[in-house]
Amino acid sequence: MPRTGVFICHCGTNIAGTVDIARAIDASRNFPGVVHADEYRYLCSEMGQDLIKNAINENNLDRVVVGTCSPRMHEGTFRKAAAEAGLNPYMLEVANIREHCSWVHRDIEEGTPKAIALLRAAAAKVALNDPLDSPELEVEKRALVIGGGIAGIQAAIDIAEAGYVVDVVEREPSIGGRMAQLEKTFPTLDCSACILTPKMVEAAQHPNINLITYSEVEEVKGFVGQFDVKIKMKARSIDPVKCTGCGVCYEKCPAKAPSEFEMGMTKRKAIYVPFPQAVPNVPVIDRENCLYFKKGRCQICAKECPPQAVDYEQQDQIIERRYGAIIVATGFDQLDPSSYGEYGYGQHPDILTALEFERLFNASGPTGGKVVRLSDGKPPKKVVFIQCIGSRDKARGMNYCSKICCMFTAKQAILLKEKVPDAKSYVFYIDVRTAGKGYEEFQRRAAEEYDVAYLRGQVGKIFPEGDHLVVHGVDSLSGKVVDIKADMVVLAAASIARADAPEVGRIVGINSDSYHFFNEAHPKLKPVETHTAGVFIAGACQAPKDIPDTVAQAGAAAVKAIGLLSKDVLKGEACTAIVNQAECSGCLYCEAVCPYNAINHIEIEERYHEEMHKRTVAEVNPSLCQGCGSCSVACRSGSINLKGFTNEQILAEVDAICLQR
Amino acid sequence: MATSSKTRLVEEMQKQSGQDPNGCFQCAKCSAACPVTAAMDLLPHQVIRYLQLGLEEELANSKTPWVCASCFTCAARCPRDLDLARMMEGVRLVMLRRREGNKFGPADLTPEQLAKLPQQALVSGFRKYNK
Repeated sequence: MPRTGVFICHCGTNIAGTVDIARAIDASRNFPGVVHADEYRYLCSEMGQDLIKNAINENNLDRVVVGTCSPRMHEGTFRKAAAEAGLNPYMLEVANIREHCSWVHRDIEEGTPKAIALLRAAAAKVALNDPLDSPELEVEKRALVIGGGIAGIQAAIDIAEAGYVVDVVEREPSIGGRMAQLEKTFPTLDCSACILTPKMVEAAQHPNINLITYSEVEEVKGFVGQFDVKIKMKARSIDPVKCTGCGVCYEKCPAKAPSEFEMGMTKRKAIYVPFPQAVPNVPVIDRENCLYFKKGRCQICAKECPPQAVDYEQQDQIIERRYGAIIVATGFDQLDPSSYGEYGYGQHPDILTALEFERLFNASGPTGGKVVRLSDGKPPKKVVFIQCIGSRDKARGMNYCSKICCMFTAKQAILLKEKVPDAKSYVFYIDVRTAGKGYEEFQRRAAEEYDVAYLRGQVGKIFPEGDHLVVHGVDSLSGKVVDIKADMVVLAAASIARADAPEVGRIVGINSDSYHFFNEAHPKLKPVETHTAGVFIAGACQAPKDIPDTVAQAGAAAVKAIGLLSKDVLKGEACTAIVNQAECSGCLYCEAVCPYNAINHIEIEERYHEEMHKRTVAEVNPSLCQGCGSCSVACRSGSINLKGFTNEQILAEVDAICLQR
Repeated sequence: MATSSKTRLVEEMQKQSGQDPNGCFQCAKCSAACPVTAAMDLLPHQVIRYLQLGLEEELANSKTPWVCASCFTCAARCPRDLDLARMMEGVRLVMLRRREGNKFGPADLTPEQLAKLPQQALVSGFRKYNK
């Protein structure tokens, strides 16, 4: 006969306000197997835990039910207390009488019987509990970082410095990401490349970091500590060992294509490095535009290459590797504003997105660093910046604030004034948001020292008139309609999730919000964790953010990964599935539904009517099983049970609630 | 300045239009988009602001709701998914009912007249421009 103790928590008035604790205690004493019942104001406190521990010893209890908050809050706390008193931690059950009961009822006459029913169910279940042990899992001491922007680079450097090997998978031919495209950074106006390239080089030269560029993650299997990952290395058509990065190949290459790095504003060659400071400084051949791959003739690059590094025969390669932890840092995209007809983006060369405008400042950009109109090459004297293109727009765009636009617009207006001293900037804004160290001061400098006119309002239409673009908008503060004859218009297009973020999320096994930004496990207390153990997120793939926040988050994600890698073994899931092989019919539905590949089939021999027969049955690998229960549901003969949640236990709970009043 | 959060006018306008002026964050996109602001004494976004503040009398004295041509450009451009054209119509309806009262009700009509009754939009048009 079980000796169960029931402990009910008041949780201040959270539970006691709508559950009559005395009545619940009285009722609990009459549950089968219950030999002790007690209450406490805050059971999770040290005193409360001591109360449970002492009662276990004094009353020789072998099972415990706690009537408290959700097991998500304190199941671990109470299991630990039970273990300290000598019980197997799985001999404790939580009856959630707060979230499932007291918080959803107002009337004590409704709350009390429901709490009693939940306690009775837990007592019925715990009577059937068996002691369980957690399997120990080895941790592969290697990390994978997906995305080689500033977030991925920073996370990789931090992990590498802690002494662990880390692979960075980057889709583009070079690491660097969005930050490499920027000319200057706010609010200090330091040159983006000057602070980024040392980090790129550090990542490339670090003995613990492997850069796997021009590559994509194709498949992730396994679980925390042991992720099995397939990485596709796209054929670069260059032997990176032989290549010296001299650049003769792309000087001589006759084929051109729009440059992705310059957002199509200029052309690159078919064999190219995306930008001069690229890391690794090894070109790739874009086979879609290469004359040799298209027409079978040319091969100029191969002929000109001094170390003969060009290799047209190279094939895509698949790397298969095991990792203990994964950091996703895949960054963001800029919204294409052409769907906003009133701005005329894409119909006039002098209407640019902010990222395109940024490239005009860069010495290696499409204009060689001259800020000029793309239409006639003249420096713009009047530039209108428009904020919130697709941000804060729940009707046609994104409901959220993109966070960085107020600041990069102030930066670009300042940079413009420095390059074109007689230029005048106008900024149409809804609100100016400058929360951040030194940000407000920076934006005020733009308005006060750089003569930037801030107009609170929006723009209704933009139309060409002679050499100019007429920007028709409203200054809501004066209540005046304004028409500005501008030379150039810059659109602060919303920062959005990468187009393939849902696909990345599916491969890695993490979920995202309605905008396809990856979800953190808790908005305040677990900002870099995900709901998948061992997978962390950093940077703008989680939400739009600036460089300081991105770097801080990358460091945080790295620390979480390091914490994981520093363990030799992890405690695995104790509540795993188990097959009753005597009853298993070998249909193997379970094998098909298992999301963790934890079920295999084996052949067993058994004696039947004096003869030995061979039979196929399912078998669970407990170190892979995560206890999701899918197999148990799929099993037609009911021969798979989930330990800790067996069919008998669940039915005992149902009976305790339904059959007794 | 009457700034009680919801006056009768705002409540009635809301009932007529199904639009809540508190959803507006005053970006003034509507005013920038509106093709007839030249003829208005209040810009469209200011009408919403007056509704938010419950400035009934000031609204009653404004030409803007009557200048509004119901072209719906404001509604098409509003980032908050509000339909200002409906709000303007709501303001007009409330004003008219207050000033003019209903000219007649269904009970005043014979069954033959009722059978031939034109569309509701025509009826409201008669009412609106009845001097």
